[in-house]
Amino acid sequence: MLKKLLPCLGKYKIYAILAPFSVIMEVALDVLIPLVMAKIINVGINGGGGLPYIIRQGLIMILLACLAMAFGAISGRFTALASTGFASGLRTKIFNKIQDFSFANIDKFSTASLITRLTTDITSAQMAAMTVLRIAVRAPALLILTSAMAVRINASLSVVFLVAVPILALVLAFIIIKAFPRFLVMLGKTDKMNSDLQENLIAIRVVKSFVRRDYENEKFEFSATELQDAQRRAEKLLILNMPCMQLAMYTCMIAVSWLGGKQIVSGNMLTGDLMSFISYTSQILMSLMMISMSFVMLVMSKASLTRISEVLDEIPDINDDEADPELLPQDGSIVFENVSFSYAKDGNNLTLENISLAIKSGETVGIIGGTGSAKTTLVQLIPRLYDVYSGRLIVGGHDVKKYKLKTLRDAVAMVLQKNELFSGTIRDNLRWGDKDASEDEIVEACKVAAAHGFVSSFPNGYDTDLGQGGVNVSGGQKQRLCIARALLKSPKILILDDSTSAVDTATDQSIRQALRGSHRDVTKIIIAQRIASVIDADKIIVLEDGKIDAVGTHEELLNTNRIYKEVYESQQKGVA
Amino acid sequence: MSGSNSVPIRSAPLNRPMGPRGGPGHRSLEKPKNLRKTLIRLLKYFGPYKLHLVLILITTALSSLAGVAGTYFLKPIINDLTKYIGHKSPDFSSLIRTLFIMGAVYAVGVVSTYVYNRLMLIVSTGTMRNIRIDMFRHMQDLPMRHYDTHTHGELMSLYTNDTDTLREALGRGISQLTTSLFTVCGVFVMMLILSPLLTVLVVVMIIIMTLTIKKIGGQSAKFFSKQQRDLGKINGYIEEMISGQKVIKVFCHEEETIEEFEKLNENLRSSACSAQTFSGILMPIMGNLAYVNYAITAATGAWLVLLGYTDIGTIASFLQYTRSFSHPITMISQQFNTLLGALAGAERIFEMLDLPAEEDDGFVTLVNVEVSPDGTLKETSRKTGVWAWKSPVGDGTYVYTQVKGDVRFNNVTFGYSPDKIVINNISLFAKPGQKIALVGSTGAGKTTITNLLNRFYDIDQGEILYDGIPIKNIRKDDLRRSLAMVLQDTHLFTGTVKDNIRYGKLDATDEEVLRAAKIANADFFISHLPHGYDTMLTGDGANLSQGQRQLIAIARAAVAAPPVLILDEATSSIDTRTEALIESGMNKLMEGRTVFVIAHRLSTVRNAKAIMVMENGEIIERGDHDSLIAERGKYYQLYTGMFELD
Repeated sequence: MLKKLLPCLGKYKIYAILAPFSVIMEVALDVLIPLVMAKIINVGINGGGGLPYIIRQGLIMILLACLAMAFGAISGRFTALASTGFASGLRTKIFNKIQDFSFANIDKFSTASLITRLTTDITSAQMAAMTVLRIAVRAPALLILTSAMAVRINASLSVVFLVAVPILALVLAFIIIKAFPRFLVMLGKTDKMNSDLQENLIAIRVVKSFVRRDYENEKFEFSATELQDAQRRAEKLLILNMPCMQLAMYTCMIAVSWLGGKQIVSGNMLTGDLMSFISYTSQILMSLMMISMSFVMLVMSKASLTRISEVLDEIPDINDDEADPELLPQDGSIVFENVSFSYAKDGNNLTLENISLAIKSGETVGIIGGTGSAKTTLVQLIPRLYDVYSGRLIVGGHDVKKYKLKTLRDAVAMVLQKNELFSGTIRDNLRWGDKDASEDEIVEACKVAAAHGFVSSFPNGYDTDLGQGGVNVSGGQKQRLCIARALLKSPKILILDDSTSAVDTATDQSIRQALRGSHRDVTKIIIAQRIASVIDADKIIVLEDGKIDAVGTHEELLNTNRIYKEVYESQQKGVA
Repeated sequence: MSGSNSVPIRSAPLNRPMGPRGGPGHRSLEKPKNLRKTLIRLLKYFGPYKLHLVLILITTALSSLAGVAGTYFLKPIINDLTKYIGHKSPDFSSLIRTLFIMGAVYAVGVVSTYVYNRLMLIVSTGTMRNIRIDMFRHMQDLPMRHYDTHTHGELMSLYTNDTDTLREALGRGISQLTTSLFTVCGVFVMMLILSPLLTVLVVVMIIIMTLTIKKIGGQSAKFFSKQQRDLGKINGYIEEMISGQKVIKVFCHEEETIEEFEKLNENLRSSACSAQTFSGILMPIMGNLAYVNYAITAATGAWLVLLGYTDIGTIASFLQYTRSFSHPITMISQQFNTLLGALAGAERIFEMLDLPAEEDDGFVTLVNVEVSPDGTLKETSRKTGVWAWKSPVGDGTYVYTQVKGDVRFNNVTFGYSPDKIVINNISLFAKPGQKIALVGSTGAGKTTITNLLNRFYDIDQGEILYDGIPIKNIRKDDLRRSLAMVLQDTHLFTGTVKDNIRYGKLDATDEEVLRAAKIANADFFISHLPHGYDTMLTGDGANLSQGQRQLIAIARAAVAAPPVLILDEATSSIDTRTEALIESGMNKLMEGRTVFVIAHRLSTVRNAKAIMVMENGEIIERGDHDSLIAERGKYYQLYTGMFELD
């Protein structure tokens, strides 16, 4: 996993190398200080070195401390550069990766989970990077260098550490290993509580109208209590860290005082050495403590890192591999040759079965079919949002796989069932279709989509801010803007997937009329619930259960097709 | 961020400042507006843990003072040892005694450390639980208007960001702050006892350190808030773009999206880097300042020993103390910032808790009754299926009115905001068992009518009567219990299909659920699901089609079986053929009930008793289908608009 994530450092790699280096320098300098202090005591006081010696050594100590400070500051800067550079690189990498995702890839992860991965998980990865660079280098360096010093001063006394350090390390490791699964449980409970909450927020109207307040409260109370208990269970173990560490440190202090004391009295050790030895004792054990804490943080971020690398590992299942970069669609013709499709990529679980169909350039084609008859699935194959499972799909004279995705999708404009507008002005949003669109072109597209009227009625017209997700316009208005946006692409094929469902019938009709006039050469595919929306199409396809039930004009189908007739009658009733 | 439904669109003024206040991971160095008030309020949450808190205070004191005291023993130990250097038969008894005392003190320290951590864990998790539950409970009581003007993200961030920072501050911050404070005080006292002269040196050093913290901390705070702003921006952008990822694909807008993203990302990187730099260099600078202090103290101390003013033992402990001084001071300054940030979050939480809840002055309640042979109504706790409004008369007795479903709007006027009237002087009535249809273009005010009926909003003028009782006198819960709604945007909950249908009536038996599903014609597809009625639905029923979800929502209303039914575009995602199939079921459901149907697909409303055509908040035509067609007005236009055959 590390191998995959490390390249995200990019040009900040040098800092990731220099940061630990300066940390080690800082630690090394710091470790020398108690040694000098011992000299002051041993030589300056007890050895008769006198004041000049003390002052000289004092100045050396200050110098060491200042140097260490400089290295410390440098390491702080480098760590910041490296860790933020890493997070930024990672963010870009994931974001770019997601841009390469096909619809199938997106469906697999779900939008909400992709968002969490790009926000929360990355923040926690950055924290981990910082911890590694700051603590995970400092602590072992401190441990090793201090131990070396301790051995140099008095090897026989260092045996105390030889006993204490492994025991403490084992205990700390044991705590972490035990705590890890409990932390995973806790994270799971947090997710559960948040999803309960979100669900409640989204469905607040349902909750209120069924007066289910008490029921919802109970449900939430249950998840909040579960989270509390999981938290207690997990952290109960972790809080053992501190007392264990204190116990080890205090025991060492007493042991060192006793054993060292005996050596001093027998003349085998100098007083100053004992004092610096005690200094080192606390440093050694403190560094163990730091190592254990950084492990905890790493462990906590492991879940995040795993989730991030899942995204990075995902292989975009639609790409330009077979594409010929020069190829352009000749016209708006579409041919389905015995096409089958399965979301699960499983031949036994087909959503579309053996579709064969030819649409001439410039034709208007209506698609009618019940809920779940795979209408949307059928049209999503045309701009290659999904790949066919078997068979061949030919657009503009060539297999869709032969085009570069951008070329193909530029030629096929699709208005999705679930329309999304983005924050920014109406004009910004329309320019998604054509970023160089002139004012006239924008107005023209909006007129066709019956949007010009309401847009001009806004005080700020085309400069009206839409707000996130386009909350400042109604559902029907949103649909019309989405149609205008698609028209601005000047496509060869226009697909409207139930795109006027929130538009009233009169407006719906006027949009179709305008389209017929202004976009004569564009192949128009209209998925609709209302027969009225497709009644004047050159060809109407009746889909049933992923298969084509019939193809024909309105009159033909009315006479020959049972399903079409039923749909028509269900809508026709009552018109005298 | 999920899209809003039809109402908020109109209630939200244009150009409302939107944008997330900060995505996940939002954490800022901000100060609460009213520190004292927030603190006192927060302290109230500790109420149930008073004893715990007292114990925590005692044990943190013991834990830090044990550490401080332990170091002091270096003085007698070293002095003892110095005395015996070179002795043939040294007397270790006083050394052993000192070591034993030291051990005892340390033991107290270790135990105290464990105890306060354990107690703190109980207090912090428990407090967080209670705060969360309070928030949730209050949220359920907030008026609909609040949900229309606040995004889900805003509310969610109270639970995620704000409670998270609060939890961290409670869990770690408070105990670290108190132990650090105790340690600093303890060390200072010990230093004074050991050597007042050297302490003066230390004080000078502390002043330098504090100034350094202030300087670096100030810089760091500045960049931290910039980092938070940048993080909020990029997270908002990510949220919006990933939500619209499919549109990006369709428009091949990947490159532009990445370009904009990189800009935001670089902004964040640069401000984050500055913020992290300042917070990152604080520790090494403070640590090494402490070393400078150590060096000066060692040299000065040694000189003092030479002059005979003090002894080596004193210097030994004193030096240990100077080492343990810088850490708690840095800790205090850092925890203080965390604490302030947490309090700012707490303040936002309390602001939400202080929002006025839905007002309800209703006094008329809904009760089960038995109808005696003479026609009088008698209240009963038995589920009779017959309901009555119970109104107090004033002298302690009650009047019972059987619930029939007679609804009248008399000259009702309403606007989501005072300057924008949505419903203008509307009068309409629905007699028990009648089907009333509201049609009209988007934005005509159809949904608003139902929002007024179930009192999601209260009317500005006029009155709405339900079985002759003004609805503002009816308790909201009881009013809503007597109405069932099937909404345009179907929302399902995580749980089984059965659970979701049962949401309409929590104690419904399996048979009732099955019957309701059959009425809604949902039984057919449900029994084809992998686990039938026990199939788990997740993510708002993401594994079902929109039409299937609407069928479940209809079944949910069917199982509730209230006297009044509101269908707000309930069948808009069901194709007309399927709709025709469920028509018989729907008719069964509507039988004997007052029904309000909102639709812009006119085939749905044909058989309504009365059809109201709405435009701009007014009813412009009313009548049954045939008379409206004959009238050749707006309805005729809308209706034939579907079937123009030119």
